[in-house]
Amino acid sequence: MPLYHDDDQAMLADTASQFMAEEGAIAKQLRHWRDRECKDGFGHALWKQMAEMGFTGILVPEADGGLGMGHVEAGIVLEEIGRNLTPSPFLTSSVVAATALGQANDDLRGRWLPGLIAGDSVFAVAIDEGAKHRPERIATRAEKSGNGFKLSGRKDFVVQGASADMIVVAARTSGTEDDADGVTLFAVPKDAAGLDHNAVRLVDSSMASHLTLDGVELDGDAVIGEVDGGREILNRMLDAGRVGAAAEGVGVARGAMDMTVDYLKQRKQFGKLIGEFQALQHRAAHLYSEVEIARAATIKAQQLLDAGAENASLMASVAKAKVGKAAGLAVKEGVQMHGGIGMTDEYDIGLYMKRDRALAEFMGDVHYHAGRVAELSGY
Amino acid sequence: MSDLDSFRAETRAWLEANCPPEMREPVQGEEDVYWGGRKATFKSDAQKAWFEACRDKGYTVPAWPREYGGAGLSPPEAKILREEMARINARPPLSSFGIWMLGPALLKFGTEEQKRKYLNEIARGEIRWCQGYSEPGSGSDLVSLQTFGEDKGDHWIVNGQKIWTSYADKADWIFCLVRTDKSNKYQGITFMLFDMESPGVSTKPIKLISGNSPFCETFFDDVKVPKDQYVGEINRGWDVAKYLLGHEREMISGADNSERGAGIGAMLKRQTGELDPVLRAELALFDVDALAFSAMAEKFLDEVKVGKAHPAQPNMMKYAGTELNKRRHELMMAAGGSAALEWDSEESRGGSAARSWLRTKANSIEGGTSEVMLNVIAKRILELPGA
Ligand SMILES: Cc1cc2nc3c(=O)[nH]c(=O)nc-3n(C[C@H](O)[C@H](O)[C@H](O)COP(=O)(O)OP(=O)(O)OC[C@H]3O[C@@H](n4cnc5c(N)ncnc54)[C@H](O)[C@@H]3O)c2cc1C
Ligand SMILES: Cc1cc2nc3c(=O)[nH]c(=O)nc-3n(C[C@H](O)[C@H](O)[C@H](O)COP(=O)(O)OP(=O)(O)OC[C@H]3O[C@@H](n4cnc5c(N)ncnc54)[C@H](O)[C@@H]3O)c2cc1C
Repeated sequence: MPLYHDDDQAMLADTASQFMAEEGAIAKQLRHWRDRECKDGFGHALWKQMAEMGFTGILVPEADGGLGMGHVEAGIVLEEIGRNLTPSPFLTSSVVAATALGQANDDLRGRWLPGLIAGDSVFAVAIDEGAKHRPERIATRAEKSGNGFKLSGRKDFVVQGASADMIVVAARTSGTEDDADGVTLFAVPKDAAGLDHNAVRLVDSSMASHLTLDGVELDGDAVIGEVDGGREILNRMLDAGRVGAAAEGVGVARGAMDMTVDYLKQRKQFGKLIGEFQALQHRAAHLYSEVEIARAATIKAQQLLDAGAENASLMASVAKAKVGKAAGLAVKEGVQMHGGIGMTDEYDIGLYMKRDRALAEFMGDVHYHAGRVAELSGY
Repeated sequence: MSDLDSFRAETRAWLEANCPPEMREPVQGEEDVYWGGRKATFKSDAQKAWFEACRDKGYTVPAWPREYGGAGLSPPEAKILREEMARINARPPLSSFGIWMLGPALLKFGTEEQKRKYLNEIARGEIRWCQGYSEPGSGSDLVSLQTFGEDKGDHWIVNGQKIWTSYADKADWIFCLVRTDKSNKYQGITFMLFDMESPGVSTKPIKLISGNSPFCETFFDDVKVPKDQYVGEINRGWDVAKYLLGHEREMISGADNSERGAGIGAMLKRQTGELDPVLRAELALFDVDALAFSAMAEKFLDEVKVGKAHPAQPNMMKYAGTELNKRRHELMMAAGGSAALEWDSEESRGGSAARSWLRTKANSIEGGTSEVMLNVIAKRILELPGA
């Protein structure tokens, strides 16, 4: 498959880009909700609009009422989300949780997917237990209780956790913390007794929660997939999240870069446009190269994932790490090249820097994924 | 089975039958590369057999039309052949500036007669070409070149000096930029072709930091060049030169090599046993960049085929690809430790690690420096202001 968008995908990109630039724009969404200290960190009306556009169900199979598309298409929407810093539950709900639900039984699908597709429901995923992403380690326990389970433990960095109607929780039904086996995934409804959120606002004004599960009782039918056999689904969720976050990061990088290059063409100092100074030209050109390469790695990973290729997971980590590097560079150079104005809240470039930092941690940072590349390559 | 599937199956079978096992080993040194030309000799029977099989099939230049010595493969077929060759690690049957640089320029700017003659010679490895662009005073600022061709009616008399002419002493012919009008900087250069055995041509090798001397100073002293030996239009050679540079940059960037394993961490671990943890971390970050670049190379080639790539994109590929290759060799030296320092022992294959490392320093100089690539990206792609 050639590494560019085919005609249908290019059309989707046009639609998504126009929609997000109009409806998802920084002033209309991010600043609007931030300045009101919105407890969700995003607007439900926009989520509903995204449903009307068909975006919410992109990765949901047609049989379940979705569009049955792939990670390339989800990535197209995510890149525009990134470019406009649009706060939305798309990545956690439509990409990561939808990937988990794709492996769930009919009852769970029937219960949760219609709400997602309609833009009425929001989902979160609770994997990490600590400040850094370490999905290899799951300590949260799920004990058998009656015909169901009782969950106990703590989860961190549950993005939009407190706003979510359902949280996909990875817990341990057997074995010890570091075992690969013995993990089970649960669809935990928001009103389950014993669920407690300490919701905190992050640097990018998104909301995440420290989740406490204190003997949360669930029916057996809340299990996604097989008991003790959740690791494989978890890995799929992680890969979906990695390429998804990479795609959004490409958007953040491009948004920051475009703003900066524009600024270089407008700002005059020493009687010249600052874009005429070779010291800045070379850095901008280097940045462009890095962003283009990160984007290529992301499209490659999306295609491999859609094809179910053997090396898809390796490439997902390559993409997440490469985007982490490139987007990090884009926002740092962006703020620096804007000079003093780049430090002001009024100017958007700083918002890109904040979003990049949060996205860098989501699903693992550059170092985590570089380490994973080494491991998967056998060293 | 689709046409492409059956093409893949046929190709695989053909390679199985025709590519000798010795030609499926990584290239170890200069002598493993076959460059063709009047003075060429084969290093081994396997090298000869592999070259001849490819030549007869048109696989020295698979995508060129059949009438010019190619196999006339469509872009997807050419990609399959590349993939299948990479799969078995097949060496290129023929390396040549004719294939990488002059050929594409002739395909675009040459007359039908020129194409039939020169392209077939290139495809069959009969004539080895060298590139006469740089001069002592004209490197990055190539268009300031001074070598002059005086109009003598049916021929030019060329005088001047070129420098850094790779393999000038081994080449049969040269494609050369010559000023034919001193009053116009850009539109006063003609793209000429001539035989290196013409009277008045002389070469003097230059030794490199790697200890090898693959290139020369080249002198033209009243060299007579017939008036029909130019490409494109007279005084419009700059157009041809720039087009050719695009291909040269692509080639140097390693974009055409995208299917080859990009990561080196695993290879170095196998060679050296345990890796120091800090080195392992650097290798991992390098492999991220290298695997990402190899996706970029694939994307770039896909986009070039359908005309989606920005015309200045080869400059980006050249910049990123060559900086990456230099980093690769720095890491290989670091992993190799003192063994990589050996300069002439048999064990070190004549110091190949150290010599290759030194050679790669030229990657960001030859074919236009990294700084010049960044200038081009800034101006042509980002459209930043200024001269
Ligand atoms: C937190 C903060 C506190 C400050 N406090 C004070 C204060 O108390 N009093 C005060 O007077 N000022 C203060 N300043 C202003 C500060 O001195 C200026 O921001 C600084 O001099 C840069 O000028 P500028 O913001 O106009 O950026 P610009 O000059 O517009 O620069 C924009 C970008 O272009 C680059 N650039 C500009 N010229 C060239 C060139 N010739 N070659 C290469 N690159 C170039 C710059 O490096 C920068 O990256 C403060 C700034 C900040 C951020
Ligand atoms: C191994 C090798 C093989 C080669 N083979 C050939 C060949 O076969 N045929 C041929 O014709 N040539 C060949 N070359 C020559 C090559 O194309 C030139 O070396 C190259 O174009 C740079 O020119 P220069 O060496 O004169 O450096 P200069 O142009 O003098 O550059 C010196 C330094 O200044 C920097 N610089 C120059 N201009 C600018 C600018 N505007 N902005 C910022 N920085 C700038 C450069 O980046 C470089 O770092 C070869 C070179 C090498 C190293």
